[in-house]
Amino acid sequence: MNPIAAKQPRGMKKSSKMSRAFLLKLELRSHPTLLCVIRGALEPLMEMLGFSDEYNRAIIRAVDEAVSNIMRHSYHGRLDQPIEVYCNRLQRRTNGETEKGVEILLFDCGAAVDTTKLPARPLDEIKPGGLGLHIIRGSMDTVEYKRAGRLNRLRLVKYARSSKGGCGSAEGEPS
Amino acid sequence: MKISARRVDTATILDVSGNIDMSNSPEVRNALLREIREKGVTRVVLNLTGVAYIDSSGVASLVEGLKASRDSGSRFVLFGLSDSAREVLKISRLLKLFEVYDDETQAIAS
Repeated sequence: MNPIAAKQPRGMKKSSKMSRAFLLKLELRSHPTLLCVIRGALEPLMEMLGFSDEYNRAIIRAVDEAVSNIMRHSYHGRLDQPIEVYCNRLQRRTNGETEKGVEILLFDCGAAVDTTKLPARPLDEIKPGGLGLHIIRGSMDTVEYKRAGRLNRLRLVKYARSSKGGCGSAEGEPS
Repeated sequence: MKISARRVDTATILDVSGNIDMSNSPEVRNALLREIREKGVTRVVLNLTGVAYIDSSGVASLVEGLKASRDSGSRFVLFGLSDSAREVLKISRLLKLFEVYDDETQAIAS
């Protein structure tokens, strides 16, 4: 089916309140062909935020895997279900230094996810599948899942360490 | 994403271009298994030079290819990994399982 022609998303009222505070909001359908659109949107945003190429790849990888998991496990392959992705700039003080980062929130209206039942195979097993969670956790600093009413919320956070060139503020970028 | 096959000596080289994700990874899997299981090719070389991004489902397809090649006694070789592809294999602790070369010449000569 054509995901653009699908019906209007429902069940996202709670999350829509947050849109003003975020740098970027994406609303999409649970169609795998849209994964490239998410990656394509995030790449220039992370560049704008000053993330290094390595960090940029890590963030995009984690979000791509998270959205794939929503499509596969929360919506069980249905192609027309709503997904929302929000990006926000973060900042924290650690050891007297300011670290800048990004917070990415993903919402879906699928069934509650029992994280203990998600396939995450032991990494010493040589078999396909079950890698998504490992990749998300290995790419981000924080990975938090929460069931909020009828929504699944996944929060991903990545900070750019100052020693790695990280996430400086460029002139003219949105604050 | 596009996949094309060509023969070089006794090897089949599969040239892949475009990104590999959940939407198209079954095509990679099918192409690999066709060469290894159905055609009985003794050496399958996967050219990933044109692949900037590969996700976990793509990695799973590569693992299936590797297992099929081991089962059939053939070889499965990769070359041209992008930083992104190398990183995802590393995070998955699978990088050392694969024969990985920088370019086609090395992969063919191996």
